[in-house]
Amino acid sequence: MIEVRNLKKSFKDGENITEVLKGINFIAKSGEFVAIMGRSGAGKSTLLYQMSLLDEPTSGNVIIDEKDMTTLSISKRTEYRLSDLGYVFQDYALLPEMTALENVALPLLMQGLKEKKAYKEATEALIKVGLEKRLNNLPSKLSGGEQQRVSIARAIAHKPKILFADEPTANLDNESSKTILEIFKELHSGGQTIIMVTHEVEYSKFAERVIHLDDGKISSIDTR
Amino acid sequence: MPSFLNLRIGFFLAKRQIKRSNPWTTTLIIFVLFFTFLNLVVVSGILIGLIQGAVDAVKLHYMSDIIISNLSDKTYIENSPEVIGIIKSLPQVDALTARYLQGGTVEANYKTKIKDTDKSDVANASVAGIDPVAEDNVTNLSKFVVEGKYLEPGDYDQVLLGAYLDKKYMPVDSPGFSTLSNVFAGSKIRLKVGNVTREVTIKGIVKAKVDEVSMRIYMPDAQFRSMIGRSDYNVSEISIKLKPGANPDLVRDILKADGVDKVAKVQTFNEGEPKFVKDMQNTFALLGNILSSIGLVVASITIFIVIFINAITRRKFIGILKGIGISEQAIEISYVLQSFFYAFCGSVVGLMVLYAFLQPAIAAHPIDFPFSDGILVAPIGGTMLRIGLLMVTTIIAGFIPARLVVRKNTLDSILGRN
Repeated sequence: MIEVRNLKKSFKDGENITEVLKGINFIAKSGEFVAIMGRSGAGKSTLLYQMSLLDEPTSGNVIIDEKDMTTLSISKRTEYRLSDLGYVFQDYALLPEMTALENVALPLLMQGLKEKKAYKEATEALIKVGLEKRLNNLPSKLSGGEQQRVSIARAIAHKPKILFADEPTANLDNESSKTILEIFKELHSGGQTIIMVTHEVEYSKFAERVIHLDDGKISSIDTR
Repeated sequence: MPSFLNLRIGFFLAKRQIKRSNPWTTTLIIFVLFFTFLNLVVVSGILIGLIQGAVDAVKLHYMSDIIISNLSDKTYIENSPEVIGIIKSLPQVDALTARYLQGGTVEANYKTKIKDTDKSDVANASVAGIDPVAEDNVTNLSKFVVEGKYLEPGDYDQVLLGAYLDKKYMPVDSPGFSTLSNVFAGSKIRLKVGNVTREVTIKGIVKAKVDEVSMRIYMPDAQFRSMIGRSDYNVSEISIKLKPGANPDLVRDILKADGVDKVAKVQTFNEGEPKFVKDMQNTFALLGNILSSIGLVVASITIFIVIFINAITRRKFIGILKGIGISEQAIEISYVLQSFFYAFCGSVVGLMVLYAFLQPAIAAHPIDFPFSDGILVAPIGGTMLRIGLLMVTTIIAGFIPARLVVRKNTLDSILGRN
């Protein structure tokens, strides 16, 4: 379970202070698929960065499994991301000098797995996203949809508690986008907690709950 | 202290970055490090070799392994034949040459002098009476004949003239030093030693980058003895060439134990080397070290720039690595390992070029400096020390920029925000 309590985030630019998140509160239960929607600049991605511990909020708390993550040091947050969180970036964020398999295996190796086991689990994750024939391809040899699937495989290979996805279909065509969403749907049906930012209404329908953000605040929550 | 896991991941990252980087870029970086290595080792090596070449030349072509000279209160070595007998009896001795030495003057162009008041063409010189064969065996003197021919034992009234006494080889005109004009092999000159003057023919002119060779006049010992009236065969100087592997200190001690030091100074080459030469060696070694230090600074700046550019252009990927949970230390180690790889490859290539090509090539064809045949001095111990310093410098220079970039905020790095 992840809980966000009165979360605020502001950015300082000289004398100007821009408040992007203005006190967000919500809870996502384990196994839930939550979509975060809103206009451009509403604070969707910023909220996801705070929840996924990639950034520190100005105030408020992010609590995962009853543990306040905002009190953790930078290195502890990194360790937590490695062991318990998965993140799918909008632009795939694959390491260009590594093959698909190596990209997926890297976090597993960092967790201390032996090379053989790490590659076995990475292969399984890539099979799960339908890339069993592209294991040894470099990202530059993969299509956008395939790269995003590698990114998903990397995010789920270590079986994270929560999978975060920041507009995972933004750079993809319709067909690839649907494939990605089908993968999310399947992961969710297997009990995976997913928090996904999207601006596509069609794709938000895959989620159980949709949180609408407007000007840094939750404007409404739709439950399906 | 880096953990084994961070080392393992650092190695994993570094290996893939190097393996899949542009091979031309990698080659260029290694090339830069190779030149940095040469700058560290070769520049200082040549600087030291410049003096070492001169020192070696003095040893090979004048003093040899051991030099025995007259005591300061004598002009000759007493009982020289007995001393020579002792030396010849030693199994370590390969060859020796005994020299009679006395100061004198030489005059040229006296036949073309019109009036007695005209200035004479005179030069002061040290005259050496030698056994031409023995001298050649020890010092290879015949190799330095640049005009005419080398002496033979039976030559009568013939001399070898040191090139520095000939104006065309030593165009110096100073109050304390004079040279002869218009002299060639075959020219007649007047040689005056003590009160004896003889007209002799220049059989050859010798020119070496050793002052003692190029500033002397040589004549066969039998004639020189008669000229200076030395019937006791007491010489002034004996150069001893030892067999390969023989220990000069041991031979010196044997000679001293046999009482040679009672009648002469017995010195190994190292002991007989003038102090100013030793000072120059130390000075050039110091200069070499200063240049090496500058080379190290250049190396560290080069590596710093290379790694900094590498890290800064990969800032987004460093952010992603941190984002997916890779520790900062593992990322830093990957950059340190890359720096190490470049320095290691540059050093290995440098070592191969240095010891397989440069050093033998320069030894075979020394650099023709005005006062010495410069060689490349690069003892393996000193080279390894410099490689060690290069590695340490490189590791530090690789770590600092990596640390600077890795410490930046993860999200800022991923999003490319400043």
